Amino acid sequence: MAGKPKLYYFDGRGKMESVRWLLAAAGVEFEEELLETREQYEKLLQDGALMFQQVPMVEIDGMKLVQTRAILNYLAATHNLYGRDLKERALIDMYVEGTTDLMQLILMFPFLSAEDKEKQHALIVQKATNRYFPAYEKVLRDHGQDYLVGNQFSWADIHLFEAILMVEEKKCDVLSEFPQLQMFKARISNMPRIKKFLEPGSQRKPIPDDKYVETVRRVLQMYYNVKASV
Amino acid sequence: MSGKVKLHYFNGRGRMETIRWLLAGAGVEFEEYFFETREELIKLQQSGVLLFQQVPLVEIDGMKMVQTRAILNYIAAKHNLYGKDLKERVLIDMYVEATMDLNDLIMRHPMQPPEGREKNLALIVDKATNRYFPAYEKVLKDHGQDYLVGNQFSRADVQVLETILMMEEMKPDILAKFPLLQGFKARISNIPTIKKFLQPGSQRKSKIEEKMVPQVMKIFYG
Repeated sequence: MAGKPKLYYFDGRGKMESVRWLLAAAGVEFEEELLETREQYEKLLQDGALMFQQVPMVEIDGMKLVQTRAILNYLAATHNLYGRDLKERALIDMYVEGTTDLMQLILMFPFLSAEDKEKQHALIVQKATNRYFPAYEKVLRDHGQDYLVGNQFSWADIHLFEAILMVEEKKCDVLSEFPQLQMFKARISNMPRIKKFLEPGSQRKPIPDDKYVETVRRVLQMYYNVKASV
Repeated sequence: MSGKVKLHYFNGRGRMETIRWLLAGAGVEFEEYFFETREELIKLQQSGVLLFQQVPLVEIDGMKMVQTRAILNYIAAKHNLYGKDLKERVLIDMYVEATMDLNDLIMRHPMQPPEGREKNLALIVDKATNRYFPAYEKVLKDHGQDYLVGNQFSRADVQVLETILMMEEMKPDILAKFPLLQGFKARISNIPTIKKFLQPGSQRKSKIEEKMVPQVMKIFYG
């Protein structure tokens, strides 16, 4: 007996957002326990629910899964979003790791000092425009198919779509030189489950604000500023 | 026809070392191309073989694979080191993702400015001793088996051993409070493919010498 997966995280995007996207795209309903206090977190620790004392944590299929990639790999595989064979999986993994690196730059953004934020903003736009988006544009142009891998919707498409939207929040015309990605974005946006997730009232989380940063710092007692990545 | 696996990296551990470990553990022979200067890396970037202009790059089965985790996932699956089903795979993924978090800290340690190094070492030792190693110790204790997952040798065993050995380089008695991990270390080290990799003359790389760090940074960052 399955029951709905339950997500344990803060009320915000962070590392859990990709999990929410994947579940939504797979049409899986999920519950969330939103961490607001240090006490909630300490209780999870005491109960031994967090294998490495960290969130994200997802209760699913009788397991308490931690480590974002482990969770995402599992969800992709169980919902046929991980390609048909090892070679397709290898491509999906390469593409997803690229979008993970790009989104990581954005993820740490709210926790940077004001001075580092400006540099990071420029870095995000530069990397998206010169490193990541050209790679995906080329993939789509080379095979001329609707989806990144194997002519079939996969986790790679969901993850890239999420990344595109996040970068557009930093620079709204960032796709201006990427016609394939513009069409890709339009296609994915129109998929019913994606469309639903994009609507207000879904479990999609908004752009992190000061309240989110404050909550994370308080719950994790993480009061230092993250250093911008090299 | 696939031909030998070829690794492209600098002559050091970095992000490629875990890949070397896994290939070795799987008994797969591989060739290595080392770049020594920034110019050589730039040449590789300009050649268009690097999907995101980054290394590691591994040529395998007709593919030019990049992204460490993609490469590791492929090798593990191909060589039956990734569990027998999805539930075993997710356990393996959890365990190896954590080793990669710790490995990242270890890898970045030599890049710390001298004044921060002692504190950073203490942080890494604290994480190994209080976060990661207790978790693996508990896994072994709970099932009492020789291997971390599914009573069968997997990439989780290889990657946890790699991390244990790197931590021992930083603090030789790091396993003092973890008797089961001590036993685990001995057992896995004795597996023939692993034993071979641990011998001098293998393709295992040494810990980077402090004086080499600026040179390596220059290759990657200019």
